[in-house]
Amino acid sequence: QLPTGLYKKVLVILHDSILPYMNEPTLMIDFLTVAYGIGGAISLLALNGLFILIHQHNLEYPDFYKKLYSLLDPSIYHVKYRARFFHLVDLFLSSSHLPAYLVAAFIKRLSRLALTAPPEALLMVIPFICNLFRRHPACKVLVHRPNGPEGMSEDPYIMEEEEPSKSRALESCLWEIQSLQNHYHPDVAKAAAVLNQSLSEIEDDISGLLELSAYELFDKEVKREAAEVPLEFEQIRGLFGKKNDIFAEHFTLD
Amino acid sequence: SNPFEVKVNRQKFNILGRKTKNDVGLPGVSRSKAIKKRTQTLLKEYKEREKANVFKDKRFGEYNTKMSPEEKMIRRFALERQQNYGKKNIYNLNEDEELTHYGQSLAEIEKLNDIVDSDSDTEERGTLSAELTAAHFGGGGGLLRKKASSGQQDEEEEKPKSRKELIEEMIAKSKQEKQERQTRRESALELTEKLDNDWKEIQTLIARKAPKLERKDKEAEKPKPDEYDMIVRELGFEMKAKPSERMKTEEELAKEEQARLQKLEADRLRRMRGIDEEVNRKKPSHMSADDLADGFILDKDDRRLLSYKNGKIDIENEEEEEKNKEEEEEEEGEEEDNENEEESEEETANEDEEDNAADNHSDLESDLESEEEAAGNKDQKKQKTNENESQNVKKLDPNMEAAKSELPYTFAVPESYETFKSLLAGRTIEQQLIILERIQKCSHPSLAMGNKAKLQKLFGFLLEYIGELATMDLPEFRTIDKLVLPVYNLCQMFPEAASDSIKFILRDAAHDMEEVTEVKGRATFPGLDTLIYLKIISLLFPTSDFWHPVVTPAFMYMSQLLTKCRITTLQDVIKGLFICCLFLEYVSLSRRFVPELINFLLGVLHISLPKKQAQGYTVVHPFTPVGKNLELLLVCDKKDLESWQKQNLPLSIVTRLNETSRTEMNHTRLSCLAFCFDLIKKSAALYESLPSFHEIMHPIRILLTQYVPVNEYPEKMKEWYHSAVQELENKVKHYTPMVCEKKKPVPLKQYTPKIVKVLEFGRKQASSKKEQERKQLIQRHKRELKGAIREIRKDNQFLARMQLSEIMERDLARKRKVKELLGSLAAQEGEWKAMKRKKGKN
Repeated sequence: QLPTGLYKKVLVILHDSILPYMNEPTLMIDFLTVAYGIGGAISLLALNGLFILIHQHNLEYPDFYKKLYSLLDPSIYHVKYRARFFHLVDLFLSSSHLPAYLVAAFIKRLSRLALTAPPEALLMVIPFICNLFRRHPACKVLVHRPNGPEGMSEDPYIMEEEEPSKSRALESCLWEIQSLQNHYHPDVAKAAAVLNQSLSEIEDDISGLLELSAYELFDKEVKREAAEVPLEFEQIRGLFGKKNDIFAEHFTLD
Repeated sequence: SNPFEVKVNRQKFNILGRKTKNDVGLPGVSRSKAIKKRTQTLLKEYKEREKANVFKDKRFGEYNTKMSPEEKMIRRFALERQQNYGKKNIYNLNEDEELTHYGQSLAEIEKLNDIVDSDSDTEERGTLSAELTAAHFGGGGGLLRKKASSGQQDEEEEKPKSRKELIEEMIAKSKQEKQERQTRRESALELTEKLDNDWKEIQTLIARKAPKLERKDKEAEKPKPDEYDMIVRELGFEMKAKPSERMKTEEELAKEEQARLQKLEADRLRRMRGIDEEVNRKKPSHMSADDLADGFILDKDDRRLLSYKNGKIDIENEEEEEKNKEEEEEEEGEEEDNENEEESEEETANEDEEDNAADNHSDLESDLESEEEAAGNKDQKKQKTNENESQNVKKLDPNMEAAKSELPYTFAVPESYETFKSLLAGRTIEQQLIILERIQKCSHPSLAMGNKAKLQKLFGFLLEYIGELATMDLPEFRTIDKLVLPVYNLCQMFPEAASDSIKFILRDAAHDMEEVTEVKGRATFPGLDTLIYLKIISLLFPTSDFWHPVVTPAFMYMSQLLTKCRITTLQDVIKGLFICCLFLEYVSLSRRFVPELINFLLGVLHISLPKKQAQGYTVVHPFTPVGKNLELLLVCDKKDLESWQKQNLPLSIVTRLNETSRTEMNHTRLSCLAFCFDLIKKSAALYESLPSFHEIMHPIRILLTQYVPVNEYPEKMKEWYHSAVQELENKVKHYTPMVCEKKKPVPLKQYTPKIVKVLEFGRKQASSKKEQERKQLIQRHKRELKGAIREIRKDNQFLARMQLSEIMERDLARKRKVKELLGSLAAQEGEWKAMKRKKGKN
């Protein structure tokens, strides 16, 4: 019933400026559930208030995880509220009593979506996934399936399935992370390569990575000192003069 | 010595192999030593503690070790004289100064000298005179001497006899001279003979071609054997030198080049995988280090800069040829092309008049190429090229020649960007290149000290200049295209400086973008200059490295461009596609995965579709599923659709698109779309091997197969479309389950003792060298501190002792004085009493 901008503003401050001062925070239940149901960024924001209600005021939310699961779409890696969202998801998935199929579905979906993510988000989500593996060792089949069927022609995981239990995530493998081992950013590639080895016991601390921005990453790389600068040895013959230059096919120098 | 003065430090255990220094101590001796030292230093200070006066040695040069004592004495004497000069002797006119030498008065010495002279007179004078006459009056010397000697030896013989003798003597002399001449000739003959032998030895080294000529030379120059010898030697060496140059034949050169390239490629692959970075660091044997020294590459590609064909510039052709060459199609029909290439190279070589060496080299190189292509008719070909060359030289534009001759041959490296710009302003591309080349040659780092820094600056100027050219209203891409070559050369010479300046540019650009995003929320695409810089990076540095100080930041920057910049106009789309292109080029060798690239291509496809509810895919950040800038690439006009021809996009379209007509806009849109299809095809080919290729390409495939209105497209576009779809479709789906790498088994704990090499006893082992050093330092400091404290304590004791003895001495003196006084008083008293008694008696 509110305009989108206002909605967002309200939801951003709800959890720390409004809810603690209300006599009966439970009155907000309706507001929050409606907001949660809208989808997109508003749902992400409503999550925070909802969490407080569930955590401190005994709110029972049916199909909470299913809803959370359906919130995961490609935009989560690109929106402004990424840090807040992943902080909460981390909280929700920290319980060790969650069924393996659910966590596996989350892992699989997150990594599938990571295929479109920018490097700063990847640097955050890969350790995140590693942590999930540490908490739920039953999910390790996703990265280690020694006697699995050879030569599958399809990924068993069903991306379109809304219900985590039916997504067949546990039958799949994390080929997405394997692909990311070829990522252009060296740190991402390194982080993804960690999943090839057996994980250490201690969880990574991702709180510092949540707020990582692209510019910070860039700055870090620019300031890194190099002992030597390797050079291109192929002779050049002008701006578009490389061998098989793609530019020469599509651009002219006029 | 005295056994009571010796203290023995008894050892509890005897340890084999340990040397002990301090098993016997001499406390008495060392104590007395210490006390002596203290009396010399501390006591002195103590005694002088309240004295401000200082004894100053003003003797001249007393502490100057450089002066000899004699000099010192002389100077001192001079000083003394100076001091005394004005004071006493003003009125003392008569008194002469007595001059001395070594403390003796000169007058006396003179006297002595006289005596000595007179003593040695008789003998010496005679001999001297004889010598003198011989030396000074040489003409009649023989005669006189004769006379003198005869006079001395036998006094009886008279003049006539002497005359006869004289004649005899003369005859004998002439005979002797003759003999001498003969012997000299003989020795000369001997020498020539020896020379002949030598010559024969050398002759084996010389080719058989020119023996006749050599003979002639020999005959002509016989009288001067030395010179001739020299010349022959030279000839010999020359002949020897030639074959050694020959040794490196074209094949060998080619092989060397190939080996070099192979090594470089292996190096690149290693860097691409990003393993063993440490090892890499340890042996920085990158090829460019060699190239720096001789400026070899510099010359080599300067020759490629220009090529004229029939009097006008011919670049494209050459490029093609180069490509052909690299593909190594060994076809007969290619010979002509190669000829052209050669001739062009020859020509450019001709142009840089200064560098003969380069000329030679180009010959060699062209030889090399021709050898590879067609070894048989090499000579023939060369002749041909020469002919062509001469023709072409004639054909060269006379204006150009004139202009070139105007250019000075030496240029100083410009100190500021303004001077640099003014240097290049108003010149043609060729002239600019020549200027740059000459600047580089004139201040090659091997020539002078500061040249390196200057040339490094020049690199920055060049980049700035390129940027300026790119941002002009009518960008001069042709010039940039040429200027890239000097940039490349400079970069090869100074990789560090080049990377620094490029990084600086990148940082600036990224910083600007960050500021804009903070203010406005979204960034806009940068100007053409930045795009050109990004392209230049790919030319200068290997983009396939796992990590590279320049390329990695460039990657990050481009990723930001594709994710953060808002797309509102057609120009933005073109710029975005340009960056996609860059991405593809950057990863073309390493095949790294770039999610942003796929996202952007998806977005471009998305905006080319009519508005409707998209299903089955989601576009991400810069693109929105709903919004105002949809349909940016949508073309509805049937006529435009039909009249469209695929054309290459001119780069300058980015700046001047607004002025074009609707139809042209539509055509550009379609070109962009075709471009996009091609990029999709290329990236599909590139990422084929990724395990989740299908997932990555899934949204694009859905869009292509379900939403793109293929039927409305013109025929050409359909071709592009189908080739892209085909590339996507015909990949097999194949998934193999992932398996973790096996852990290394942890060895069981065992009871056998661990054996460690003991390097030194009494030292803690198993710590790093640095740690050991630190510990040693700490210990040494402790020891020194203890020693210092002990010394101070002893000093204090010594001082206290001294003070005590002083006090005692003083007290003693006082007591003695009091006693004396009392004694004298008592005596007085006694006397007085005695007197009194006397008086009383009396």
